[in-house]
Amino acid sequence: MRSSHAAPLPVTVIGGYLGAGKTTLVNHLLRHAAGRRIAVLVNDFGELPIDADLIEAEDGDVLSLAGGCVCCSFGSDLMGALIKLAQRTPRPDQLLIETSGVALPGAVAASLTLLTDVVLEAVVVLADAETVRARAADRYLADTIERQLHAADLVILNKLDLVAPGAQAALRAWLGTQAPRASVIDAVHAQLPVELLLGVELAAGRRPDPARRLSGALRSPPAVAAEALFEHIESYVARPVDARQLADALADPALGIVRAKGVLRDRAGAPVALQVVGLRATIQPLVAMNVPCGRLVCIGLRGRLDRAAIQAALDRAVNGAAMSKTC
Amino acid sequence: MITIYRAKRILTMNPGQPEATHVAVREGRVLGAGTLDALVGWGEHRLDDRFADKVLMPGLVEGHSHLLEGVVWAYVYVGYHDRMDPDGRVWPGATSIEAVVARLREAEQALTDPAQPVVGWGLDPIYFGSARVSRAELDRVSSERPVGVMHASFHILNVNSAALARGGLLRRGVEHPGVPLGADALPTGELKGPDAMMPVAPHVGFDRELLAADERGLRLFARLAVRKGVTTATDLASLLPQNAVDMMLGVTAEPAYPLRIVSLLRLVNQTPQALIERAIALRALSSDRLRLGAVKLVADGSIQGFSARLRWPGYYNGAPNGLWYTPPEAMRAVYAHALKEGILVHTHTNGDEASALVLECIDQALQAQPARDHRFTLQHCQLADAAQFRRMKALGLCVNLFPNHHFYWGDEHYAMTVGPERAERMNACATALACGVPLAIHSDAPVTPLGPLFTAWCAVNRRTASGRVLGEHERIGVQDALRTITLGAAYTLRLDDEIGSIECGKRADFAVLEDDPLEVGAEDLKNVRVWGTVQDGRIFEAAAL
Repeated sequence: MRSSHAAPLPVTVIGGYLGAGKTTLVNHLLRHAAGRRIAVLVNDFGELPIDADLIEAEDGDVLSLAGGCVCCSFGSDLMGALIKLAQRTPRPDQLLIETSGVALPGAVAASLTLLTDVVLEAVVVLADAETVRARAADRYLADTIERQLHAADLVILNKLDLVAPGAQAALRAWLGTQAPRASVIDAVHAQLPVELLLGVELAAGRRPDPARRLSGALRSPPAVAAEALFEHIESYVARPVDARQLADALADPALGIVRAKGVLRDRAGAPVALQVVGLRATIQPLVAMNVPCGRLVCIGLRGRLDRAAIQAALDRAVNGAAMSKTC
Repeated sequence: MITIYRAKRILTMNPGQPEATHVAVREGRVLGAGTLDALVGWGEHRLDDRFADKVLMPGLVEGHSHLLEGVVWAYVYVGYHDRMDPDGRVWPGATSIEAVVARLREAEQALTDPAQPVVGWGLDPIYFGSARVSRAELDRVSSERPVGVMHASFHILNVNSAALARGGLLRRGVEHPGVPLGADALPTGELKGPDAMMPVAPHVGFDRELLAADERGLRLFARLAVRKGVTTATDLASLLPQNAVDMMLGVTAEPAYPLRIVSLLRLVNQTPQALIERAIALRALSSDRLRLGAVKLVADGSIQGFSARLRWPGYYNGAPNGLWYTPPEAMRAVYAHALKEGILVHTHTNGDEASALVLECIDQALQAQPARDHRFTLQHCQLADAAQFRRMKALGLCVNLFPNHHFYWGDEHYAMTVGPERAERMNACATALACGVPLAIHSDAPVTPLGPLFTAWCAVNRRTASGRVLGEHERIGVQDALRTITLGAAYTLRLDDEIGSIECGKRADFAVLEDDPLEVGAEDLKNVRVWGTVQDGRIFEAAAL
């Protein structure tokens, strides 16, 4: 059982069929961890999923990685591995579960609700742009691919460079029907801003950063900065908000948000962390009382964020909290 | 020194000489079987009459069991059916929830350490109608200690409130398909599937580590084997870390260890290449009584757990299709490497779609790497239809079917999981034989009890617990059934040149029976009494263990 002062460990489940780029994505995130202590749990039948230059030491089942990160494999006992990791010192900041290619990430996500030490932030499913439709029509794999995509909060349409430009729109449209709860993001070599996958760091003591840049510049061809594809809005919200109302509003796909994270005061004035990924909107009470609250960062595709609508949602949430106090 | 045993009857499984009255043994091996006259020519001998009123068969071979069958007896048996423990004590079935609670309570009162959990196993509530063993029932065993009861299937665990609380699940807000909630929105205490069980299981003593084969379990397993006439049994399968291998090599080499164990290496979390490399290394460590070097893959889940992969039209009750446990790419790679290195692969395929996919994968691997005598075996393979058996034959595959399922869960398969027609087709032993697919049958102990003669009875009668004959056209004859639990299983393990029949050159492995399985009649096959075994020429009397 978790000690009363530790907040649950945030978990991102990374699923998708073999070859979709799960391992590439995990390595990308580890390379751009920027001080986050990431713990990776893997269950696959492939080669060691961590790039050799990131590995510092091997101790039994646990690989120690650069920057205080760790990786272990969980075989058939995911829950046991999760409990162990959550009790590890120093405690990881973030947990990534890389599922096997035939696993159902939705089932893994459901299992997380059985533990109080961890909390699901997002189910990320990678789709191999070149092969996903053929796999989804495969006599043996179709329903597995379908169930994987259906559970996604964020679909990464990877290896898009291997698909003719004329075919890309149809592929995106099809994915939209397969993953109705998710945002669909294009990628090559699974290179994406880390903040999309792990959330923006809203570290204690820092003021909102007007010069914040999304990290994880896209090294692979075409070499472009993350800023060329994504933009973000950082808002300062000093007053308490109706956190539930705000989270639900931000999860509306019309706002163009791929991921949002906020550390805010709820209507009772207590600090909460708000996360939005796709249609998944979670609010988690923060146990530590000295968290500087009042910031919200929304990330979306460049030119797609509806700034006015986001501001309106914030205003409504502030008013909602104020009204509830007066009655 | 030569010993010639006289028996009432010897069923040799040697087609050239199906029956004999005497068998001559030297250095743990069979010199020959036949009449006394035909054997005395081997030279100076001692005539041993101790089996003069017994029937000898080749030592029985269990082709799919788990050493866990020896481990579980550390817990309280609360199954519905009578079951014999390694000491030969028959535990009467607990035929009502009241009886389950009473037996656990009795065990609770014998405990002195207040922190110790009460742990039961073998529960099968399908026999209790709609009633369930809720946490309220188990709270009657103890409100302080954690209480846990593992189901016969090993897929479901029932626990009391104290155990739920220790596992952090006695709270509202749990949303998981494996954790049913009561009217109070709290979990009922039933935990389905490994993920749901694992937060609580360690608090009721079902730790993963504990369930791995330990030395005590290995010894108990062998005692049970002697009582069932078994001289060779599989452990299917294990992760086989080196310390476990060392322990098993040591224990099985002891002069009085009565069993040959074939332990398969399971693919979990490694590359196909690494798996095969480890199998090759293990193969070199094999001893007479511990055979290593074969591997096991798991393609899908279980039918009664709705995690098996079924072809159209899927589950009878409309449950969604099951899960793939290993990606086809990984299975194909294992088959390719294994064929190249001569490694034997057994693959768990429960549903017919899993069987279909594995047949395709093996077909592709064989196209690339033709092999004449690979003996790759489909394990369980419960829903295979005739076309699949024909394809198994064409690809040179063996099959090890699971007829015990008819008795324990046949009624449930008929009414709920796969419906009447496919329930009657399940474990189609007669079709397998008609197609010429080498056949073994198994217990999957401890899922069902170790006991090849009982398994043979299931294949011969196909009777469910309620008495229904499930698929009368798939019944096989007693002779065929006896062959599958000896030579048939030995063949799937590539051991048919050593064991499985009583003939010149083979190991002196015998099942020593009080009754004649060919005389008692098909209905009574399961009641044939076992005196003990002879293994590598060493005599083990069950009553003297």
